[in-house]
Amino acid sequence: MSIKRQKIIRLSLTYLVVMIMAVIIIYPILWVIGASMTPGTSLSSSSLIPKNPTWEHFKTIFNLEKSNYLIWYWNTLKISLITMVSSVIVISFTAYAFSRYQFIGRKHGLVTFLMLQMIPNFAALIAIFVLARAADLLDTHAGLILIYVGGAIPMNTWLMKGYLDSIPKELDESARMDGAGHMRIFIQIIMPLAKPIIAVVALFNFITPFTDFILAKVILRSPEKYTLAVGLYDLVSRQYGSEFTTFAAGSVLIAIPISILFLSFQKYFVTGLTAGGVKG
Amino acid sequence: MEKVKKTNHGKVAVTLSVIPGLGQIYNRQFLKGIVFLILTFSFIVVFKDILNIGYWGIVTLGEELPRDNSIFLLVYGIIAILLTIFGLGFFLFNLRDAYKNGKKRDLGIPLSTIKGQYHTLINEGFPYLMITPGFFLLIFVVILPIIFVLLLSFTNYNLYHQWPAKLVDWVGIENYLKLFTLDIWRNTFINVFSWTIIWTFGATTFQIALGVFLAVLINQKDLKGKAIIRTILILPWAVPAFVSILIFAGLFNESFGAINTTILHALGIGPIPWMTEAAWTRIALIFIQTWLGFPFIFAMVTGVLQAIPEELYEAATIDGANMWQKFRHITFPLILFATAPILITQYTFNFNNFNIIYLFNTGGPAISGQNAGGTDILISWIYNLTVTKQEYGMAAAITLILSTVVILVSLWQFRKTNAFKEEDIM
Repeated sequence: MSIKRQKIIRLSLTYLVVMIMAVIIIYPILWVIGASMTPGTSLSSSSLIPKNPTWEHFKTIFNLEKSNYLIWYWNTLKISLITMVSSVIVISFTAYAFSRYQFIGRKHGLVTFLMLQMIPNFAALIAIFVLARAADLLDTHAGLILIYVGGAIPMNTWLMKGYLDSIPKELDESARMDGAGHMRIFIQIIMPLAKPIIAVVALFNFITPFTDFILAKVILRSPEKYTLAVGLYDLVSRQYGSEFTTFAAGSVLIAIPISILFLSFQKYFVTGLTAGGVKG
Repeated sequence: MEKVKKTNHGKVAVTLSVIPGLGQIYNRQFLKGIVFLILTFSFIVVFKDILNIGYWGIVTLGEELPRDNSIFLLVYGIIAILLTIFGLGFFLFNLRDAYKNGKKRDLGIPLSTIKGQYHTLINEGFPYLMITPGFFLLIFVVILPIIFVLLLSFTNYNLYHQWPAKLVDWVGIENYLKLFTLDIWRNTFINVFSWTIIWTFGATTFQIALGVFLAVLINQKDLKGKAIIRTILILPWAVPAFVSILIFAGLFNESFGAINTTILHALGIGPIPWMTEAAWTRIALIFIQTWLGFPFIFAMVTGVLQAIPEELYEAATIDGANMWQKFRHITFPLILFATAPILITQYTFNFNNFNIIYLFNTGGPAISGQNAGGTDILISWIYNLTVTKQEYGMAAAITLILSTVVILVSLWQFRKTNAFKEEDIM
């Protein structure tokens, strides 16, 4: 009997903890959804569910004349996608060279990458800001993308090199015997086998620009060039509270698609992370 | 007679290669020689001016206003140094090549023909070709800015020393001295640094503890509805962090935020100054970071737990271990072993977690007697010094100190992982 009672107490306590966590997690989400449907520009009512729900804020952010939101969304997607594709290409090249070839400077290169990976990415922040200001340039997406891709190289090269090292070298050697060239071995033999790590690197380099605030904030000056992070921050900070409902609508429209996307890829992401982390 | 004749092609070729290409031509590798000659010639012609200005600029940082902009001169100087290193590398490679092929001729080994040279070029050149795009990007986007910051920390570049009104000068280690001797700088530095440490350890430890706790809790065999519970618990990770932080900034807002107006109100507690009193802002920040960060740990540890073989626990049960002992001696060590490297990256992540500090309350509230806000961590302080106060030199000095700390921690961490031992690097 006592074992059974123990089990009931244990499970009830577990469910209680789960309930509390669920409330803490879901409350802010419900609150912001409520806020996005609250009429007017500011929040005065204290109820979670607005009394006269309205879609006006969603209409506002979809109206290009009233808000830059759609432009920011497009900018963010564009920057993130281009960063993702370019960094996967550059990193695959570099990682493959380091994994499969002996060349002058290979070892020094690896050590340099290791050191660079440790230097936090903001170390260059002042330089980027000062140069951007002094030269009066860099209010461009291309500049931002270059910085993202360059910054991604050291860490992701190590990550991918670790994976490529685990693909048997006999495969390339037998292909070479059969007369395959360097590029062909790389594209037709190694890359298909490296799909899991390519997915991880791609995901990393999509998420980083998507969620980055600091670099985008430093480089982008004109509102029509903003990314979502900079734009939304601007929206709330300009006159705090007075645009909060619009902001809430905007954030709901980011959070929902990204969450769905994320939850469907979640398993992959976790395995990739632990595998990469353990293997280095 | 041929055999007795001593040749000295190696030495002659090296000597001639002081002008790159001549040695190769002497070795009768005409194609290579001419390519080398052209490369050298174009290097000198194209880069002559920038090398000249760069070296002059980096030493003097400009002499005459408004002609000289010290900051540009500094950048030219760095480019000149990088170009010199690059040129020297090529020069050494050329000398070695000339000597090697000359030696081959001395020993009577036939040199590769033009066709052979082409093949070697393709074969040996391939890895260089592969790393070229990454290499150049890295030089200009990562290495050049880092060197720039390093040098900037030894200058007096700030609001009062900038083009076109003033030149910037080298000031040696004055910025570093100021940081430790001038009262306002020293106090701010100590306050910001200690809060950064408390923040890093507090927030990270909470998120790790909560994540591990929940993962172990949900992993109980007889618990129903695991899938839905896990999905809910992972939600905060699924929402982009900047969105959640801005939402929390609204929730904690003193005039309309639900925490004060709804939750605390219902509990009969008066409004709390979340945004205007540093201590409360700090508590809110640690709470939010725990909210944001635990799902990642939870997901990772859940993965580890599911990989632990059931037999271990069965054997422990037979030996009479209770639940706590099982956790203490089986689960916990295994979790730690599998996730330690990632757990440490969580600490470095929060050490540099600019987003949450800045987006929540821009590092505020302001505090008298120091030039940083009450919740500014080092990185957000650096950001403010750069962007609003224009104290570039000081910001650079603090960046260097900060980077040194992060690098030391990372080095210590990487010495413990195996990945680099395979490469014989450390």
